Formats: sequence, C-alpha cells, structure tokens
Amino acid sequence: MTADSLAAQRPAAARRPLFRRRSAIPGFGLTLGVTLSILSLVVLIPLSAVALKAAELSPSEFVAAAFSERALAAYRLTFGAALVAAIANGVFGVLTTWALVRYEFPGKTIINALVDLPFALPTAVAGIALATLYAPNGWIGQFLTPLGIKAAYNPAGVTIALIFIGLPFVVRTIEPVMRDLSADVEEASASLGAGRLQTIWRVILPALGPAWLTGFAMAFARGVGEYGSVIFIAGNMPYKSEIAPLLIIIQLEQFQYAQAASIAVVMLVVSFLMLFVINAIQAFSRRFV
Amino acid sequence: MARARHPTEDPTWVKALVIGVVMVFLALVLILPLVAVFAEALRKGVPAAVEAVLHEDALAAVKLTLLTAAIAVPFNAIFGLCASWAVAKHDFPGKAFLITLIDLPFSVSPVVAGLIYVLVFGMQGWLGEWLLDNDLKVIFAVPGIVLATVFVTFPFVARELIPLMQEQGTSEEEAAISMGASGLYTFWRVTTPNVRWGLLYGVLLCNARAMGEFGAVSVVSGHIRGLTNTMPLHVEILYNEYDFVGAFAVAALLCLLAIVTLVLKTALEVAQPAVRGRGGH
Amino acid sequence: MTISIRSVQKQFGRYPALNNVDLEIADGELLALLGPSGSGKTTLLRAIAGLEFPDAGQVLFHDKDVTYASAAARRVGFVFQQYALFKHMTVAKNIAFGLDVRKGKDKPPKAEIAKRVDELLKLVELDGLGGRYPSQLSGGQRQRVALSRALAVQPSVLLLDEPFGALDATVRKSLRKELRRVHDATGVTTIFVTHDQEEALELADRVAILNKGKIEQIGSPREVHDNPASAFVCGFVGESNRFEGKVVGGRFTAGPLALPAPGVADGAAVAFVRPHDFVLAGEGVEARVERVNAQGALARVDAVLADGTRIEIAASRADADRFNGAVTLAIGKSHVYAA
Repeated sequence: MTADSLAAQRPAAARRPLFRRRSAIPGFGLTLGVTLSILSLVVLIPLSAVALKAAELSPSEFVAAAFSERALAAYRLTFGAALVAAIANGVFGVLTTWALVRYEFPGKTIINALVDLPFALPTAVAGIALATLYAPNGWIGQFLTPLGIKAAYNPAGVTIALIFIGLPFVVRTIEPVMRDLSADVEEASASLGAGRLQTIWRVILPALGPAWLTGFAMAFARGVGEYGSVIFIAGNMPYKSEIAPLLIIIQLEQFQYAQAASIAVVMLVVSFLMLFVINAIQAFSRRFV
Repeated sequence: MARARHPTEDPTWVKALVIGVVMVFLALVLILPLVAVFAEALRKGVPAAVEAVLHEDALAAVKLTLLTAAIAVPFNAIFGLCASWAVAKHDFPGKAFLITLIDLPFSVSPVVAGLIYVLVFGMQGWLGEWLLDNDLKVIFAVPGIVLATVFVTFPFVARELIPLMQEQGTSEEEAAISMGASGLYTFWRVTTPNVRWGLLYGVLLCNARAMGEFGAVSVVSGHIRGLTNTMPLHVEILYNEYDFVGAFAVAALLCLLAIVTLVLKTALEVAQPAVRGRGGH
Repeated sequence: MTISIRSVQKQFGRYPALNNVDLEIADGELLALLGPSGSGKTTLLRAIAGLEFPDAGQVLFHDKDVTYASAAARRVGFVFQQYALFKHMTVAKNIAFGLDVRKGKDKPPKAEIAKRVDELLKLVELDGLGGRYPSQLSGGQRQRVALSRALAVQPSVLLLDEPFGALDATVRKSLRKELRRVHDATGVTTIFVTHDQEEALELADRVAILNKGKIEQIGSPREVHDNPASAFVCGFVGESNRFEGKVVGGRFTAGPLALPAPGVADGAAVAFVRPHDFVLAGEGVEARVERVNAQGALARVDAVLADGTRIEIAASRADADRFNGAVTLAIGKSHVYAA
C-alpha cells in the first residue's frame, strides 16, 4: 500500500479529538465514556441529590435541621468516639504491625489474616457480637460492671465498635512502610551512638509518620460514617448515645427528607475534608521519598 | 559472656511484652467477637441453630443476599475492568481526580449512600411520581437494595486493578497491537491474564462487602420479611425481637462467609505476592 | 587507633562467612577489604562495627576487647552502600544526629553542634546544603552527607561498606579522591569494603584480599599486584591471561607455552601472565595477531597462540604497528601456582 492510499483512508485525521491521543492502545474513548457514565449515574448524580434536597430549605431552616441541639450532640458523639477510636487504633495498630512485621510467633499467619476481619465481617454481625461481649451482663461486661465501668449502651460502646471497624485501616497502611524500612537506617542510628529507644523515637516512628497519619485519618473517616456495628452497642439514647447516621435514619422515618439531607450534607462535607487531608498527607510524604 | 544483640533486634522481654499486649488487644476486639457469634448461635444446641437458618424467612434472606451479590459484584467487576483500562493504560488530564471520584463511595457513610437513592427514587424523590405512574418500585424493593449495594462496593475492583495495571505499564499491549492484535483481543489475551489475580482479589473483597452491607441497604429496604430482607437485615430483626439464637445462627453463617473470604484472601496473598491489599475497605 | 582481628569465625547457617580471620590494622591506616561477593568482606566490616557478632575470636580496639560491645558503644563511623540517610531529617539534622542523641554532659551545646555540622559540610564540599532533605540531593551528594554524618561523632574508626557501589562511574572517581583527601585531613583509621580492585589499588595504603571467608593476602597495592600470593589473588587483582597446564621438574607447559616454575610441585597447575608482560622478541612463543585496538597510551592486542589459545597483550602505542600478522613473543614475568 502506498503512502497516498494510506492517507486517503484516514479522512478522520483532520478532525481533532477531544483529548489528544497519547497512547497507541485503543479503546480509550469507549472505556472512559462508559466509566464516566456509570460513575455519574451511580455515584455523582445521586450524591448531588443530597445537596439539592438540603437546598430546598431556607438557610435558617437548614441551620435548624443540621445544627439542632440533638444533631450537635450526635456530631459530638460521632466525631468524638471516632477520634478516640482512631487514637486507640493508632497506638495498638502500630504495636500490632510491629509484632507482625518484626517478630516470629506461633499463629502469626492466622493473626495476620484476622486483622482484616473487620473488612470481611458484616458490620451488623460485629455489632451484635460486640454488644453480647460488652453488655453489662455479657462475657466481658460482667467483669467490668463490678469495677463501675459501663462499656456498652453509652459512648464507650460506640468507641469499642469503632475500634473494631478502624483497626485494619491503621495496620494495613503502616505495614508496607514498616516492611520497607531498611535495616541500614536503624544500623546507622545505632552506630552513631543512639540507644534503641532513641532509634525508635527519632528514626523509626518519624519514618512511619505519614503512613500512620493516613491510617489514622482513614480509620477516623470510616468511624464517622459507621452505622451497622454501632447501633447495636450504642444504646441510641437521644442526646447521649445517638450517632449522626442514626439521626438521618430517624429523620427519614418521619419523612423529614430535607432535614435528613441537611445532616447528610454536614457528614459529606466532613468526609470530603478527610479525603482532602488524606491526599494532602500522601502528597506531603512523597516529598521525602 | 553476654551475647551481644544485633542493633535491630529487640530483647526477648520486649518481644514478649509487645506480643502479649497485641494478643490481649486482638482477643478483646477481634477474636472474642468471632467466638461469641458461634457460641451464642449454638447456645441451644446445633438443631436450634440449623432450624433458625432453615426458617422460611431466613432462606428468603439468603436468596436475596445471593441475588444482590450476583448482580452487584459482576457489575462492579466490569466497571472496574473498564475504568482501569481507561485510567491505567492511557494518559489524560484530570486522571488523578477521576481516581478520587471512583474512590468516593468509600468516604461516604453507608446511611448517606442509602439516603441518596431514597431522594432520587423515593415517593418524594425526583423520579418518585414517574415510577408510581409506571408501576415501578425501586425503594423498599429489590432494585433499591441492589443499587445501594452497588454504591458501597463501587470502588473495590477498580482500586485493586488500577495500580496493578499501572505497574505493568503498556509495553505488552503495545507489542500485541504492533503485531496486529485488535484492542479487544489484546485486552482479553494480554491484559486480563496479567491482572487476573488482582481481579479475583478485588471481587473477593467486593463480594464480602456486598453480602454483608447493612447501613445502606437498611435505609432502602423497608425491612419487609421474606421480600426485602437481606441476611444482615434479618440478623437485626431477629436480634431486636430477642430471638438471639436465630440472630446469631444467621450471623454465624455470615461469619463463615467472612472466614472463607479471609482464607482465600490470605491464600491469594501467599501464592501471588504481587497482589497485595491496597488498603481495602 | 589500632584494630586487631584475632581468629574470628562466623557462620550463617551452614555457610562459613568468616573462617579464622586474623588482621592487624595500624593507626591512621587506610585499608581496603577486597573480594568477590560472598567472600566475607562485608561480614568482617560489620563485625568490626558491632552490627554482626562473631561466633568465635576477638575484635580488639587498642588492645581493648570489643567483640561483643554494642554498635552504639564502639564509636565507629559507618557508611552504607545505600547511604541509609534519615529521609525525614534535613542534611544538617542527619549530620548532627550522632551528637544530638548523646545525653547529659556528653552532649555538646547546640551552637557547638551547629559549628561542627558547618565544618563537616565544608569538608565534603556541601556548604549551604544543610537545609535540604536527602531526597533533594544527587547520589554522590547523599553519600557525602553519609560520610560527614559518620565523621561527626569523631569516630575512632571509619568503616565504609561499598561506599561507591551505587554511584555512576564519574561520581565514583571523584568521590574516591575525596575519601582519600578526607582521610588525610582527619587521620582517622579507615577501612572500606569493595569488590572493585581498581578502587582498592588506587585508594588504599594496604589491601586485604578475601576469598571464601579467608584472607588470601594482605599488602600494599603494589605488593599484591606484583607478587600475588595465590592463584586467586593473581586472577582477581589486575588483568592477566590465565593458562591451565602442568608442571614437570620446575617447568610449566600449556600447549606451545613454556614458563619457568621454580619451587612448584609436579602436577596440574595454572599460570598467569599480565598483558604487559608479553613483549615482542626474536625468540619465544609464536602468535598470530587478530586485532589491534589503540586507546590512550596503550595498545590492546588480541592474539591467538598456535593451539588456538586466545591471549591479550598490552603494548605501548609506539609498538602498536609492529603487531601485525605472525609475531614472536617473549614473556617478561609469569606466576605459576599448583592447581
């Protein structure tokens, strides 16, 4: 085939595509089109419904719905419990990862797999199991009651459920970084005269810092939205142990759609903020690599 | 003579302490809950548990859960393949933003995920009247449950495949295409085999979440026994009716699903180290 | 500081990494540990640093037994092949680390640490880069930071594990000279590990050649090059043509080649001839020239002996034209070892 006949076969070349073609691999337009369509239909358009529904309210109505006393109490509990749970996971998650990466012990493979249980176990199952354990007459609760500790049907119960939900986020985010931490760096620290604690405090933990923060933020974000595992152990007392997602459901059951949407808007804004924070941490940590 | 320790090795007592603390923590948070489910299910013996699982309503819930997963998982797998082909094998402006949008459902509370479909398809929703006129039902019916499930499991396969395909680059595809293979042929014969374990991994986690989703489904289901009750919802109803053996028996079934998922996932990670969890949800 | 290694042994599983090694290192010396990978050179260096502990034997610093002392207690400066810089700290913080972690009255005041960091940055010609992060530096710059970090604690001995291994050829050469300069300026006893014989011969006062966990020879670069103690050293250090043959009555023969082998027992043997030890002569061994490659001051000649053995000859440029067709070669110097 001559060059002329080749050119003649390509009249479309004159038309400029929307995106300049940068890859020899075909199917870009089709797959991107399908991706964007599904994304819009399943995720983006329905999500916008929340904002539009909330916008039906006047500003003062919105504030009354989204920031009522009851809603504020629910946010305090939701964000507070998620924060405490994320901190607990931040501590125990590092220890768990350290044991899994650095030590050999019997049953390690099983423990390693179990860490992902919260990813695999339906949240409702986790909820009823935790409620059974930590209820005042439950397996563990019965030992706490004489000590005057109440670990279920109150904010403590919410926190326990969120610790369960958040653990794998912290462990699985730190783990690859801890694994890649080269022995060289610790040896360099030791040969420069640093004691073991100094090495851990000044060299290892700072190196884990960005991953730790990411895991912490992910655990927190997930905890804020969590519903299934919490409601069974929370007690769900208005103003006391009622989480924000439950409040949305209560508003829905009373056909207060706009009010439900208002609370959802507040939660979405927080979710997007967390997403932004997580991306910022990761962008920041790439500076050091 | 005191044996010196290598500088990266911790003393035995530190190891023992860390492992001890970790074990107690994991026992309280992960292991005991798992044990409790089975213990409570079998509290009145095996027959009572089996009877609860074989109850008509329980079986209907199992069927609905399987049906939901059978629609949601393949849908998200196909979406994941499609999205990862577009994102990982091509360059275009706004790519990072698109990946963030695909990941978005992970950041949304399941309850909000359910709410958005109520706002679109519910009686008061955008399409409410039209659906009513045409005698279609989405909310408080199976389509709503499937939609909510698709939403919460939306990113699973895509986020597994995108980094995997990016790591593999485009040279194999370019080689195939330069030898005259069509795009579709290249996709099926070159790309897909290279990512099949990652695909399986994503499908596995997607399926676990699809079968176990509670919050989102709870909002759109209406809890109609025998019709719109999935297994997790059925657990809730039985639990709230103080039928603990029944609730935990169905929960035990879901636990088995979780355990099978974890075993397969671990086996996959051991056999295919290239496939790692990428902070799955 | 003098360092003595006495009968040190170390096994990794069933594989002996160090097999009864003895070594004396003089104060202020620059010593190279040279050997192929798996020869035990890095293990020996790490045993001196306190990053590895021998199964048997002793490591003495100035006659003091430090065999099982911790790395932190030894005050050695260690430089790693992959730099091992602390990524989250600036260059200045990296260099100051060894002083920062000291406690109580051992810890110098802040101003003094800052001054020391500045001096060291100047010493390795990185002044002004103290505020950068390691990720913002080139490989060569990173290794200089690692070097000054190791020097900051005023180590009794400076240990370097393949310090130039991760760098490209040009940077390697300049950093080599830099290490020699830093060594001469500080006078610190220095031991470095390398598998690159050119590097070892160019840089070190003495070279210890290791093979299979044993020291084969130790001596000045010239000594190990000109008088190799074993076939291994002869093959590993410098270029050479290797011939396999046999010795009968103090004479080595391999094909058309015959070499004197005084004191070598009868039987199978190997002989080595350096490329520049083949010289054109009236009589000797016949060879056919295949290719002459004139580069720099030398001409490299590929030739074939009558039995087909290939040899490589290094000649001066002036002689390059005379290597043409059939030539007769005399052998200036050869080394023969029983196989």
